[in-house]
Amino acid sequence: MSSAARRDDPPVDVVSPIRSGYLRVLPPVGNLRRLKNAPGPVGLGGRPPQAPPTAGRAPRGSARLIERHARAYRHMWLVFASGVAEPLFYLLSIGIGLGVLVGKVAGPTGQLVPYREFVAPGLLAVSAMNGAMYDSTFNVFFRLKYEKLYDAVLATPVGPFEIALGEIGWALLRGAIYAVAFTLVMAVMGLVPSWWAVFAVPVAVLVGFAFAAVGMAGTTYMKSWQDFDYVILISMPLFLFSTTFYPLSVYPRVVGVIVEWTPLYQGVVLLRDLVLGVPGWDLLWRAAYLGLMGLAGLRLAARRVAKLLLV
Amino acid sequence: MACSPGGSDPPQYLPGGSDPPQTPPAHGGLLAPHTPSGEASGLPGAPGSWDLTIRALRCWLVVYRRIWRSSIASSFLGPLFYLGAMGFGLGSLVNAHGTARLGGVPYLEFVAPAILASQSMTTAMSESTFPVFGSVKWNKIYIAAQATPLRPADIYRGHLLFNTLRIAMNSAVFLAIMAAFGAVRSPWIILGLPAATLTGLAFAAPVAAWAVTLEVETSFNYVLRFGMIPLMLFSATFFPLSQLPGWLRPVAYATPLWHGVELCRGLSLGTLTMGAAAIHVGYLVALSVVGIWAGGRTYRRRLYV
Repeated sequence: MSSAARRDDPPVDVVSPIRSGYLRVLPPVGNLRRLKNAPGPVGLGGRPPQAPPTAGRAPRGSARLIERHARAYRHMWLVFASGVAEPLFYLLSIGIGLGVLVGKVAGPTGQLVPYREFVAPGLLAVSAMNGAMYDSTFNVFFRLKYEKLYDAVLATPVGPFEIALGEIGWALLRGAIYAVAFTLVMAVMGLVPSWWAVFAVPVAVLVGFAFAAVGMAGTTYMKSWQDFDYVILISMPLFLFSTTFYPLSVYPRVVGVIVEWTPLYQGVVLLRDLVLGVPGWDLLWRAAYLGLMGLAGLRLAARRVAKLLLV
Repeated sequence: MACSPGGSDPPQYLPGGSDPPQTPPAHGGLLAPHTPSGEASGLPGAPGSWDLTIRALRCWLVVYRRIWRSSIASSFLGPLFYLGAMGFGLGSLVNAHGTARLGGVPYLEFVAPAILASQSMTTAMSESTFPVFGSVKWNKIYIAAQATPLRPADIYRGHLLFNTLRIAMNSAVFLAIMAAFGAVRSPWIILGLPAATLTGLAFAAPVAAWAVTLEVETSFNYVLRFGMIPLMLFSATFFPLSQLPGWLRPVAYATPLWHGVELCRGLSLGTLTMGAAAIHVGYLVALSVVGIWAGGRTYRRRLYV
């Protein structure tokens, strides 16, 4: 049993010994903050209520949240499916239009590749980032502030860490479906010259993980919808400047060095090198960069959800 | 987001009887008395249609006064980033490959006016989808406004006027950035401001008229994904229309964004002919007028239940 107060219990203002042998705090609905300093459940070792619960139980509770989203989206499957279309429009427009204007560009190892082949993996990385950011910012904010979904979830044995993991897991599941669709279309359009591309989908999911986790953590600090302008303010330059549309050599040296340290750039390089079949050892630390970014975001998101809703 | 805080005036009530109000307030709230013009309701002392529209607009200005910081960031830096990445970054690749297909124009000069027009569309769409829907369903600004002397048509026109101002603001900023980057060839680009604003209005008016009728917001996703994004990509924005397959070109000619892009590009490059200008402007004006007419009807049907 998590430390969350059960909302479906009758509101009692006192600490009362009830079932399963330990004391639980039953705050009145809508007045959780008043009990900020109330003692935690003794049965769980007197841990303060705002501490994230055991991570060991996380997968099961997170799976429940993912199942909830899957059920909720059953009625909106078309919205879900239409997400596949967006990067395809970009791919098509580049195939017909920009590809002809640009011709060939220097690939990762300096060899000339057709522009379409150059851009496609970059777009895959961008769509992984955008999909994950959208799910973990707008949707999480709506669930947090308007739908009050997490209040309801915390009234069950599922805890804040499981919520964070479940939300991010859902974003990744969604992102993985889109990544598979995108990679298939790339293959059909003849934009996948190498078998290394089989790693494209897991790497796209890794990119999604990094951004979904950080995005969710950031969302917990947001106050209103206007704050989402800042999300766009971060994601748009990443989208435009992470060498998605042109090689790094276009930049002056100083700008290039800055770009080399941005997170989406790692994703673009990972995917481009894999899809074009020229992977190097540097891809390992780029993957580690994204993995660590995701783990840090996940940890922060869980703490923040607990702080916002459990105190 | 609420209407009242920030610039909230103490409530002022219409004076009883038929006496004209003694002193018109310097800045009236929604209920503020006003100089008599009486054209809307025929009552002496009742505000005119235009006054009411301005009052509805004022509500949005009050809201905007509280949130302008975050929106300035995205409407100022967004186009700057786009112009930098597309015009300079991608442009360096295109120019290296040859610009014969663009008619010998450097890519920056080719793409900048198109980004201006498509930015108008993007602003129009974002200001007239969720905010309109939310005003009925979420924060219910429209419902509150409807409890005042404002009529649905005033609410619609006030909001549309606000959206048009936002589009004009963003366009003006973008034009200044374009000029600073040297992406402009002709002084006619001064007219790019009304042209881009008209392009935005041609989207905002009909889309708001439609958005107010909805019960659930899911349709917005389809319109944005299957309407706005393809328009942005295939309306001769990033590459000339001649590269589209022949059967697809008439589709592009029928879309409002293509007319907006052609208008802005013609002005910026100084290649616009009078005939082409008349067609583009005529199309966009017609779409706006139809949208405004429809909006008056749909708002009335939605808000007078």
